[in-house]
Amino acid sequence: MNPEDFQFISTLIKSRSGLVLTPDKSYLLESRLMPIARKHGHKDLDELIRAVRASKDEALTVEVVEAMTTNESFFFRDIKPFDLLRDHVLPPLMKARAQQKHMKIWCAAASSGQEPYSIAIVLKELAAAQGWRFDIVGTDISHDILDKATSGKYTQFEVQRGMPIQLLLKYFDKKDENWEVKPEIRKMVQYKYFNLLDKLGSLGGFDIVFCRNVLIYFDAETKGKVLEEIAKLMPPDGMLFLGGAETVLGVTDLFKPVPGQRGVYSRA
Amino acid sequence: MKTCLIVDDSKVIRMVAKKILDELGFGTEEAADGQLALDACKASMPAAVLLDWNMPVMSGIEFLRELRALPNGNDPIVVFCTTENDLDHIQEAMTAGANEYIMKPFDSDIIQAKFQQVGLI
Repeated sequence: MNPEDFQFISTLIKSRSGLVLTPDKSYLLESRLMPIARKHGHKDLDELIRAVRASKDEALTVEVVEAMTTNESFFFRDIKPFDLLRDHVLPPLMKARAQQKHMKIWCAAASSGQEPYSIAIVLKELAAAQGWRFDIVGTDISHDILDKATSGKYTQFEVQRGMPIQLLLKYFDKKDENWEVKPEIRKMVQYKYFNLLDKLGSLGGFDIVFCRNVLIYFDAETKGKVLEEIAKLMPPDGMLFLGGAETVLGVTDLFKPVPGQRGVYSRA
Repeated sequence: MKTCLIVDDSKVIRMVAKKILDELGFGTEEAADGQLALDACKASMPAAVLLDWNMPVMSGIEFLRELRALPNGNDPIVVFCTTENDLDHIQEAMTAGANEYIMKPFDSDIIQAKFQQVGLI
């Protein structure tokens, strides 16, 4: 791929999604975009990118951006954040909201739904949460992936990426060779199309925000802006989860890490 | 280093599992059926057993029941790894004392995720 085409595609992806595609990640273009090139009858990536550049085909542009921003997801990814949610983050928040018994949680990069459903299962398993209403909102930048998340249908391969067998038996129905999240869990999660680069106010307020493994793809300025917008949606005792490799240090002073709870941040 | 006993009548599956477990930092032993696995456990109890279901001589489920009846037989964490993917088989395995259950085919991500869930990693 010539430098001009790379510049074009990386600028397009950055402007649409915030994702920064550095030259060392250019191999992702090959693996993610070749299926789209083939689908539209282009012999290689160069031809696909020329087609995107030449046409004003918004659908094709969206398809390209979505392919580059969709990431594989696991149930209970990294495990520890879900233990921290149950054991350390929820108890004080629930105590402070004991009257209303209602909490809102946002998964800012819901992808195909594994994280929101994992959170819903944690809440369902929590004895202290009986009688509470939890609204979980999962957002993503890809319509296709949100359709999959909403369906709650996963292959055998997908459910085994992180879902403990006992919870699989309890909260999924087996349909032929696939597994479907039971309605009692599905109804706890609402999915919406949302771009983190847009103004977040329309989403409403959230007590807990999961924004894990998203900011790593943004440049420092975009990270700061997104975290600033997230902070506006949260009450003073709201809690933020970031990915293990992410940090707010040097990016924003609106959040501070919670000592001993890796990846958990409180409002500063 | 924790040891995982890989029990499968397929040499290829044992080889693939060994490679994955090596990378996860486990020492490995291998057995081609349930009886050989039981003999190995009597000699030295491993930390984990990755267990196929359908094997000659002694099946995985028979091995598991015999293992759990041994002194210290509750110590190893047993993860089934089988093509049997119906609810009855899964329930039977869990009732017999399995800790986790992998439905073949598997890859390193699945083994790693399952081993993390049961606290082996």
